[in-house]
Amino acid sequence: MAASSVPTNDREAELIRRVSRGEHEAFYELVRPCERAIYFAAMGVLGNSADAEEVAQETILKAFKALPNFRFQAKFSTWIIHIAINEARAKLRKDHRHLYESIHPEQEREEGDYRPRDFADWRDIPSEELQRKELREALKRAMASLTPKNREVLILRDVQHLSIAETATILGITEASVKTRLLRARLRMRDALAPGIDGSWTTGSDEYKKVRPWS
Amino acid sequence: MVIEISCIEVWREISNYIDDVVEPELRARMDAHFRVCKHCSAVLDGTRNVVKLIADGAEFEIPAGFGSRLYSKLNASLGKSKA
Repeated sequence: MAASSVPTNDREAELIRRVSRGEHEAFYELVRPCERAIYFAAMGVLGNSADAEEVAQETILKAFKALPNFRFQAKFSTWIIHIAINEARAKLRKDHRHLYESIHPEQEREEGDYRPRDFADWRDIPSEELQRKELREALKRAMASLTPKNREVLILRDVQHLSIAETATILGITEASVKTRLLRARLRMRDALAPGIDGSWTTGSDEYKKVRPWS
Repeated sequence: MVIEISCIEVWREISNYIDDVVEPELRARMDAHFRVCKHCSAVLDGTRNVVKLIADGAEFEIPAGFGSRLYSKLNASLGKSKA
């Protein structure tokens, strides 16, 4: 975390002061806007909902106890997401899950260039028929296929919309590493999601561009 | 004159390109490449679609009852700390 003070919004600062004066109810107001971010940060590391929820609860309790030590060296949200990531990683180590990470053939190597797949064979599934539920399931499966390191970055950048700098701070890595891991995550997601739906999804938005196979 | 760039170099920078954090000279080279390379153009569009899908956020839901369980646990802990 940066050594110098970071301006935090006045509302947050006031809530933190109220908590430190014993007004515990102010802590709820402080945490509520961060709930989703905390859950998804934990999910990014752990990859399953039950563990992510458990870690989210532990994170909030830990943040409450550690709040007297908060020195405005980062935004409150950055600070609490950092706690969530550390708690999630600790759970992985405690469960020895890192020793049993399944390496399946599709899991990309961490070294070398990632080569995105060339889809020459498209299944005949019109994109209009793709249901939202199916899409959600497909996204979950694709996310689960990422390595934890790459998934963490994808969640913070593309789900939480944190900046490259904030992501680097929370994860304790360089900005260059954020960009590299994000690249691998995005290309892996694209490879996992594209087959059979010709590269476009119906979500009610006109923004998505159909990707046609090359001849 | 725009210097040609290989597909491998394009793939390395495609995420930065989407985030608009590449230098203008590199951007111009990549743009020229996308105009002539259908594979890389497909990778770009497919990856952009994925980023938009993920950014939509609606596809990622927190579990039902998450909030109430969270605050029950917090209440229990605050109750203990007040005692």
